[in-house]
Amino acid sequence: MSRLSSRHLLGLEGVPAADIQLILDTTETFREVLERRIKKLPTLRGITVLNLFYEPSTRTRISFELAEKRLSADTVNFTTSTSSVKKGESLRDTVQNIEAMKIDMTVVRHSSTGVPFFLTRCMDANIINAGDGAHEHPTQALLDMYTIRKRYGTLKDLRVVLVGDVMHSRVIRSNIWGLKTMGASVALCGPSTLLPYEVEKFGCDFYTNLDEALEGADVVNVMRIQLERQQAGLFPSQREYTKLFGINRERLKRLNKNYTIMHPGPMNRGVEISSEVADSDRSVILDQVTNGQAVRMAVLYLLSGREEGGE
Amino acid sequence: MTTLKYDTVIKNGLVIDPALGFGKKAYVLIKDGLIAGVERETAALKKALKNIPEDKFIDAENLLVVPGLIDVHVHLREPGREYAETIESGCRAAAAGGFTSVCCMPNTNPCIDNQETVKFVQDRAQNCDARVYVFGAITKNLEGKELSEIGDLVSIGVVAITDDGHYVQNPDIMRRALQYSWMFNIPVAQHAEDEYLCAGGVMNESFQSTRLGMKPRPAVAEEIAVLRDIALARITGARLHFQHITTKRAVNAIRLAKKEGINITAEATPHHFVLTDDEIGREFNTNLRVNPPIRTAEDREAVIEGLIDGTIDCIATDHAPHSEEEKDCEFDQAPSGMIGMETCLGLVKTYLIDKGYLNWADAVRKMTINPARIFKLKGGTLAVGSPADITVIDPNRKWKVKAENFRSKSKNSPFIGYQLSGQAALTILGGKVVFKR
Repeated sequence: MSRLSSRHLLGLEGVPAADIQLILDTTETFREVLERRIKKLPTLRGITVLNLFYEPSTRTRISFELAEKRLSADTVNFTTSTSSVKKGESLRDTVQNIEAMKIDMTVVRHSSTGVPFFLTRCMDANIINAGDGAHEHPTQALLDMYTIRKRYGTLKDLRVVLVGDVMHSRVIRSNIWGLKTMGASVALCGPSTLLPYEVEKFGCDFYTNLDEALEGADVVNVMRIQLERQQAGLFPSQREYTKLFGINRERLKRLNKNYTIMHPGPMNRGVEISSEVADSDRSVILDQVTNGQAVRMAVLYLLSGREEGGE
Repeated sequence: MTTLKYDTVIKNGLVIDPALGFGKKAYVLIKDGLIAGVERETAALKKALKNIPEDKFIDAENLLVVPGLIDVHVHLREPGREYAETIESGCRAAAAGGFTSVCCMPNTNPCIDNQETVKFVQDRAQNCDARVYVFGAITKNLEGKELSEIGDLVSIGVVAITDDGHYVQNPDIMRRALQYSWMFNIPVAQHAEDEYLCAGGVMNESFQSTRLGMKPRPAVAEEIAVLRDIALARITGARLHFQHITTKRAVNAIRLAKKEGINITAEATPHHFVLTDDEIGREFNTNLRVNPPIRTAEDREAVIEGLIDGTIDCIATDHAPHSEEEKDCEFDQAPSGMIGMETCLGLVKTYLIDKGYLNWADAVRKMTINPARIFKLKGGTLAVGSPADITVIDPNRKWKVKAENFRSKSKNSPFIGYQLSGQAALTILGGKVVFKR
């Protein structure tokens, strides 16, 4: 069995192409399992996975939990929206207490950048980043990449446009690193106030004009725009955002013929994406969700170091 | 001719006193806690020293002998956060770092905006290993709203005012602070970072903050703050001191304003002339979280340029102790600041002198006579009659920074593990040895 070069998945920046390839190939196997009548494998039997969610999350948490259960792992959830600092117990103490109950792997989401790295220094468990601040969300990017690869057979030389709040999006950051490593051409598009400082240093094209960004693209991955950004003065109104950056049928004319529409969810229908586009036959939004589970099964399996794969 | 009696004689050292323009091998003579002379070896001197017993001599062969170093930016945490540092432990750290005088910042609890607290600090500093000068608050409780009773503070020995940690955001209040302090001829020390532009920010704005998705504190926040205050200094004629300058454009602005003749001075910290912001993403070491933040290589070079050409007058540490518990957390939840007094000299030697940016005289000037003149402090020179505050430096001592060797109560240094060259060998305060390695 091939192995990943790290025992944690903290982000996609710096992850070698061979690792991403291995995860995507392994996902293929688990994706097939999800189509069976009995969607359960004994792969992670006896392994205990902690889902440590310091930020509210529905789909990512459920996706991980189901992935763990389908691999027969024991799972335990720790969910809180209050930060450890406010709670009075340090993050280190919290996780070391839980780990003392014998945890093998930890899936973590936290509003602070670097928390998954921090956990590698206070736990022995394998750490999987399920989103840290605006930094990275590697499994989301991997499922996006898997979904694209499934459709086109490759990622190489495809033109992928990531539209939305580049500044605050961990999904965009992970997509940039992963897609670039796999040879895709990445373009970013969003209002200039939501393009972070020195965005050009990501090494991607970037646009503030959506039509220009979409010209000749294969994939459009549309990000959720959060209302509080408007309240923080980063754009004047939802109405204007939709007018300038909303994806609708009219915009799609500029894309390559065989285009694909993606969205990591949850969607603001009628804001960043029209319902017509979201529900069209080119939209793979629900496939992304299904694939996400398979990607997470692959990541859990590969990081666990378990030799006995399959059934 | 009567035979001179000296309490202590430092012999064989290379004496560097920028205030006297002195840089030769000489004897430093101490009597009654004061400097009694700095003299080259002559037959007459040898004769004068004949009757002085051997144990009164300190041999500084291969060592530098300089005026006691002065750190004009230190947080001693007392009163209020004695678990992180006390005046006593902070002074012990100062002595180990070669500092004989420190200026403590008013962001204690209660804050130093009243005579009672000044007196408390002064009282606690008696018999400590360093002289402690007190900076008072510009505004009551550092809130940026109403001026403190600055006259009251000055009357019992406060040497400057600052709301350090907070920029005086309201330009009208800052103008009044400058005007009012002008009456007393004391500097107003400003932490120059516009708070609106820094809201929620935890690191420098650069591709590093973009990459890490962390909220930035942009360089322009410092530039704007500096430019505004230069304009206010220009119209008030007051003395304005910029604390910890970190950016290229702020250095340029200060350089131009000084050329114009505006009454301003500035300091820079070792962490800003040594570190760059690409360190943060490596391990999210919370000891790298500091305000103003560690900047880019370009800014770092500009700060060094400012130190070289005199735009930046002082090297100060912004020694900011935080307990291990406070720093052992998420990067963006950690309190800002790092300790600095015990690593300063080694960083100056390794990163400024060894790299050829400054010579010893330039470096010592920025840690002795310059700060002494700006804040009207005792010492800063070995001129006859000055307090016998003396630092003996082993300029080539190779040492590794280790947490367990800090005398400070807190260990929050990003330099732990660094291999440095140059360290204080002996520190003398008022003629008394307060530290010996």
